[in-house]
Amino acid sequence: MEILGRRPTAAELAMYSVMWSEHCSYKSSKVHLSQFGEKVTDKMKEHLLVGIGENAGVVDIGEGWAVTFKVESHNHPSFVEPYQGAATGVGGIVRDIISMGARPVAVMDPLRFGAIDHPDTARLVHGIVSGIGGYGNSLGLPNIGGELVFDSVYQGNPLVNALAVGVMRHEDIRLANASGTGNKVVLFGARTGGDGIGGASVLASESFDADKPSKRPAVQVGDPFAEKVLIECCLELFKASVVEGIQDLGAAGISCATSELASNGDGGMHVELTNVLLRDPTLTPGEILMSESQERMMAVVTPENVEAFEAIMAKWNVEYSWLGEVTGTGRLVIDWAGETIVDVDPKTVAHEGPVYHRPFHRPEWQDQLQADSFAETRPFGSDAVKKAMLELMASPNMCDKSWVTNQFDRYVQGNTALAMPDDAGVIRVDETTGLGVAISTDANGRYAYLDPYEGARLALAESYRNVATSGATPLAVSDCLNFGSPEDPEVMWQFAEAVRGLADGCRELGIPVTGGNVSLYNQTGGVAIHPTPVVGVLGVFDDVARRTPSGWREDGQAIYLMGVTRDELDGSEFANLHGHLGGRPPAVDLKTEKLLGELLVNASRDGMIDAAHDLSEGGLAAALSEMALRFGVGARIGLDEACERDGVDLFTMLFSESQSRAVVAVARSEEVRFKDMCGARGYAHMRIGVVDTEIEALDFQGHFSLPLSELKEAYEGTLPKHFG
Amino acid sequence: MPRIVVDVMPKPEILDPQGKAIAGALPRLGLTGFTGVRQGKRFELTVDGDVTPEVLEQARTAAATLLSNPVIEDVTRVEVLPEA
Repeated sequence: MEILGRRPTAAELAMYSVMWSEHCSYKSSKVHLSQFGEKVTDKMKEHLLVGIGENAGVVDIGEGWAVTFKVESHNHPSFVEPYQGAATGVGGIVRDIISMGARPVAVMDPLRFGAIDHPDTARLVHGIVSGIGGYGNSLGLPNIGGELVFDSVYQGNPLVNALAVGVMRHEDIRLANASGTGNKVVLFGARTGGDGIGGASVLASESFDADKPSKRPAVQVGDPFAEKVLIECCLELFKASVVEGIQDLGAAGISCATSELASNGDGGMHVELTNVLLRDPTLTPGEILMSESQERMMAVVTPENVEAFEAIMAKWNVEYSWLGEVTGTGRLVIDWAGETIVDVDPKTVAHEGPVYHRPFHRPEWQDQLQADSFAETRPFGSDAVKKAMLELMASPNMCDKSWVTNQFDRYVQGNTALAMPDDAGVIRVDETTGLGVAISTDANGRYAYLDPYEGARLALAESYRNVATSGATPLAVSDCLNFGSPEDPEVMWQFAEAVRGLADGCRELGIPVTGGNVSLYNQTGGVAIHPTPVVGVLGVFDDVARRTPSGWREDGQAIYLMGVTRDELDGSEFANLHGHLGGRPPAVDLKTEKLLGELLVNASRDGMIDAAHDLSEGGLAAALSEMALRFGVGARIGLDEACERDGVDLFTMLFSESQSRAVVAVARSEEVRFKDMCGARGYAHMRIGVVDTEIEALDFQGHFSLPLSELKEAYEGTLPKHFG
Repeated sequence: MPRIVVDVMPKPEILDPQGKAIAGALPRLGLTGFTGVRQGKRFELTVDGDVTPEVLEQARTAAATLLSNPVIEDVTRVEVLPEA
């Protein structure tokens, strides 16, 4: 009332309530997120064309090409209606990419579910995986990677994050603003219906409570074929330069699009809401403003281009309606049947929402948790270590993910150079030069629970390492921060620490955060999920032909372990399998991480290595298993010397999750060069074995031999057993 | 043998992409008399013996929990089909 100087109308109340919800206004997180801007140096911004605040960030990758990418959450809708929730998550992030002026080229999906054997998990896994496949495959976009994690903390609140990446020429970048008095405002795409009304404010801004009666269904149904037409139609609009500004309609629908376009522009906007094409004529104006019907876009067009715009709409058979025009009044005015129902300053709706300095404090249990180091009896002796390795590779988080990834189209469009199960997804951007990008997303909720600051840096380190392992130079970061309720000071502390960790980490690595999303209230009945900062890193390749695959193939190639192994089992996958979570996560030194990245990229560029795999969850045991199983080729491995150098036993060498490590396969003729390179930069490296195409096993010499058939059976059996 | 028929329709406020596609195809065939199409689905459950109130109740439970997705669909009919 202070803002308006009078009683707000029902429609205005509706608008403020959705736009000032947690999901749209970032009211709890804003004060912390500003670090992403403050901790950026000019050097880091060198490749940044569009930063935080727009629909998605844009990065220069050279040769006149730019890439835009962003990761977002669709956690709450996916729990309510798994198939449509996950499907519209893909649709929403893809529209963010289109509205920057880019052609979407790939998607990725980091997924987190409850315990694999819980009865509700199968419902969610089936629905969510087929929803992502159903929408993404229909759009003809390759799904090049992601994550799949099972942990009981996500039982009542699965995490469905979606990342999309798009490419464009520099001159094609489009921004969401409405300027130029007299320019026309148009809504096009699907009609507006009663689906998803208040979805953003209701679903994404409150925790689930089993006792409350269910709220009005706030579910949207996606139509991937309509979206595909919308993509092509928008790209043609851009090519013909007929739109001045463009904005996709997602959370908070028309409320969000009109107020954001108007406040990012220089004037006001006058909209006649009766012009909106409706699927359901009984909708009230408030409902029309808040509807989250999918596959809609809003654009600003100069009067001269109206005809050209209509011609393109006719060609693609897309419905549109002219809603109004840009004005010079500085007000957003919305009329309904001859009556003004909204008259506000758009900035107060879109940008000047409340900012909460929520109280936060370090939980009292944190010290006790960190003191509870993994102290269980460790497997000792060859047989016990072999058994532990088979158990590890069959465990829900380490097992083969192809049951999921086979439901996604990974190679459509013919530009996928690497996809799951390799370390990063790699997409070719320019067919003539081979210029391309690599993307990886990572997070470890257990690490972040033990130490949110370090956990965020560890997620960044792993994602960075994955991109470098594939051979690409890391350039930029997008994040999706999944946390519990901000009203809980302990959760708020986790959030504040994670943001600080991520911002500090980005500065140390010299790559900026370009945009992302915050998902709060991820909790059920007062119990929050583990803090889960999902970090996506994008890297660039001068030529994707030199990508490094994650498995070895050539007989006789030398296998090297880069980096040193410490006794770091706290928070590890092995500890998790034995029901332990305590202590401190592995130490991470981002300078070392950066150096390892440079070495891996140089080795790839100079053709020294034919395979590389980073060490992360599951440590060396998982890396060696995955490298061998990738192409079904065995190896002879000798770890005694490395154990002696690092002062650890065989079990610790295999299962510790120390950071800044990678395994590479080096051709015989390149060994001297490779050793010289690592030696010159002072990076620890040791020859730990040789590829052997004959033995069909991982032969740990002097200890045990693990036949690949046995390993494969353990590795591939888990998901089909639970979901097949 | 008697059959129970269950009809399921998408909720009125929910987008129905299949119905929309059909609505788009009708005028292309020259069938211009319609303003909208919504596509639902029909199930026929065959019963061994008489349709007792218990069996009908089971059909209702099946309709509510398995045959329809209550988040986006309504069960519009659960009825015994007259024998042909």
